[in-house]
Amino acid sequence: MEQFLTSLLGNALVVHVIMAVIPLLFILPYALVVIYLEMKIAAHMQDRVAYMRTGWHGTLQPIADMLKLLQKEDTIPAAADKPLFIMAPYIVFMGTYAAFAALPFSSAFIGSNINIGIFFIVAISSLVVVGLLMAGWSSNNKWSLFGALRSAAQIVSYEIPSAFAILGVVMLAGTMSLQELSAIQTGGIMHWMILGGTLPLMKKLIVIPLMLILFVVYYISSMAEVNRTPFDIPEAESELVQGYMTEYSGMKFAIFYLAEYANLFAVSAVATVLFFGGWASPFKSLMTGPWWSSFWFISKGMLFVCLNIWLRWTLPRLRVDQLMYMSWKVLTPFAFACVLALGLVLVW
Amino acid sequence: MAETITAPPKTSSGKPLRTEEMIVNMGPQHPSTHGVLRLEIVVDGEIIVDVVPHIGYLHRCFEKHCEHMTNYQQVIPYVDRMDYVCSMNNEFAYVVAAERLLKIQVPERVEYIRVIMAELQRIASHLIAVGTYGIDIGAFTPFLYCFRDREKILDLFEMTCGARLLYNYMWIGGLSHDIPSDFIARAKDFCAYFKPQIRDFNNLLTYNEIFIKRTANTGVLPADIAVNYACSGPMLRGSGVNWDLRRDDPYSVYHKFEWDVAVGTGETGPVGSCWDRHIVRMKEMEQSVRIIEQVLAQIPDGDVQSAIPKRIRPNPGEVYARTESPRGELGFYIVSDGTGTPYRIKARSPGFVNLSVINEIARGGMVADLVAIIGSIDIVLGEVDR
Repeated sequence: MEQFLTSLLGNALVVHVIMAVIPLLFILPYALVVIYLEMKIAAHMQDRVAYMRTGWHGTLQPIADMLKLLQKEDTIPAAADKPLFIMAPYIVFMGTYAAFAALPFSSAFIGSNINIGIFFIVAISSLVVVGLLMAGWSSNNKWSLFGALRSAAQIVSYEIPSAFAILGVVMLAGTMSLQELSAIQTGGIMHWMILGGTLPLMKKLIVIPLMLILFVVYYISSMAEVNRTPFDIPEAESELVQGYMTEYSGMKFAIFYLAEYANLFAVSAVATVLFFGGWASPFKSLMTGPWWSSFWFISKGMLFVCLNIWLRWTLPRLRVDQLMYMSWKVLTPFAFACVLALGLVLVW
Repeated sequence: MAETITAPPKTSSGKPLRTEEMIVNMGPQHPSTHGVLRLEIVVDGEIIVDVVPHIGYLHRCFEKHCEHMTNYQQVIPYVDRMDYVCSMNNEFAYVVAAERLLKIQVPERVEYIRVIMAELQRIASHLIAVGTYGIDIGAFTPFLYCFRDREKILDLFEMTCGARLLYNYMWIGGLSHDIPSDFIARAKDFCAYFKPQIRDFNNLLTYNEIFIKRTANTGVLPADIAVNYACSGPMLRGSGVNWDLRRDDPYSVYHKFEWDVAVGTGETGPVGSCWDRHIVRMKEMEQSVRIIEQVLAQIPDGDVQSAIPKRIRPNPGEVYARTESPRGELGFYIVSDGTGTPYRIKARSPGFVNLSVINEIARGGMVADLVAIIGSIDIVLGEVDR
């Protein structure tokens, strides 16, 4: 796509700008859809119907909600640290949005085809913590501070098991570029990383359980990284009011939400690329090509988003020390052992 | 309970870093203080050093109103508004006290209907308690299941007396309305419907691994402390004390039915934890269904208003009557000076007494535990403040 645009426009700068904006064109409608989905899935799980009035089955409600948030007064507490307070939501969104640069949306489109794609995503999404800390600290509210410190501790700890899980896949695939990683997994469901990639059958049988564990580890850590139940302690509504978001209103609040949903898709997409073939079709050479591949990528990503919504509306919330216990004493050792075993299998 | 850090952190120059505890105000506007409770908590990081509850934000001068502007019958709507999620039980306690003062014998049918209403209300109240407890722990879905089922109970109340929350249904000596003709059939339907729901609810929340982790070792209230603080209701029974006023200080017709007192057994951890208080409420709902089914089968005919006195003017004297409300021992102490207005009415509300133990059990836990503990005490501020 980059080459095509370059030959069409001839100006590298314009091409880069276009490439940078395309994921945003995805995120905005996606956020509306996923807000609608979340409300509807939650409602049907809870024996109610959710929005029904605006549009067919309330389909226009997310738009109405967005317009309402846009019109709301943007209050800044008198005692807040103004520059940091204003900057925080944008930094959170930036950290999330930057991760979209390395996501392979289709066999023909990736924002930036760098050879350290997954490493870049792990690194850049850590930037979110800075934004959350800024939000919590600058609000000058004790509950916000609690939320910010909790989220910093949580995200930093869960990056370790998730990095180990990613490491396992990278060892198996031999590449960090997400575009290449997806390309390796083309040719049917048997080539997906969760089923051992392109290894010979004998090794596959040993690798599959390891990959399953790594996937579970990655998925749990990714839930923790997007701060959703059962790991939503940074904004634990019943404990911390709204955590680091307590003092935010109007557009800034909306941006936090947008960032949360964007991040939700980003981690789901990474799970897809790492374990479930990315944009690769599950049926050998059937339904391939640039458009189909973007279809596969987005629908697989949305599947994990829905899984996340399901879990969110089912499970209670862990306590902060139990969360740490889970990361350091359960997930990390398991991921470490799996990576070790995987290394031995690959060398053998 | 979390471990505390013993050695203070040091600055780069080697001096110990100055640390201090933080005072946080939890409430009166806070999602999980169940109303307008304000807790002044002293925290060391996430660990609670001290908790001081401040109450009175919902004080409506209940007792003073009763002494000045009402006659005995007019107290009942005030009583409704004390503990607004179990109005029937409040009315029950008050009419039992007033009838003892007036020495009225009420017809059998009235007593049976009162027991049905009180037990339905107990289920409705416990449904709110366990549902909001789910929210406190972070699970939102069980709450809506609870409210769906509570709605069916409120429908039964509505068809009986027209009101859904504040009934003014039990009068001194009788009831405002007899039950409608299809009430018994619909109440039986409800019992049949509700029993499997309890099982579903236990599967969804009570035996959820995370829920058990959050509550099983939290807020442990030993039996001796519970007794010393005069806790009652599920608070006391959760700590393993087998004490229920319906059985141990019988009033109305409870002695005619078969049912068990639910007691915390420490199934998942130490006896007296938040989980034990939760499971006691779950089991009590089952027992209430059992009582309702028996009452529905045996209910006699009669006139529900035959014993209502025309003029309420008790002889000078005093009475204390206590009943088992969903939250514990709800008692009314009434002093009469022989006029039509009570000389003094004192309510012994279980929520107020149960809340006083919070500092004892929350100290040393974490902020998240405090939320779990408040939820398990199941306070209603309308009744704490009155």
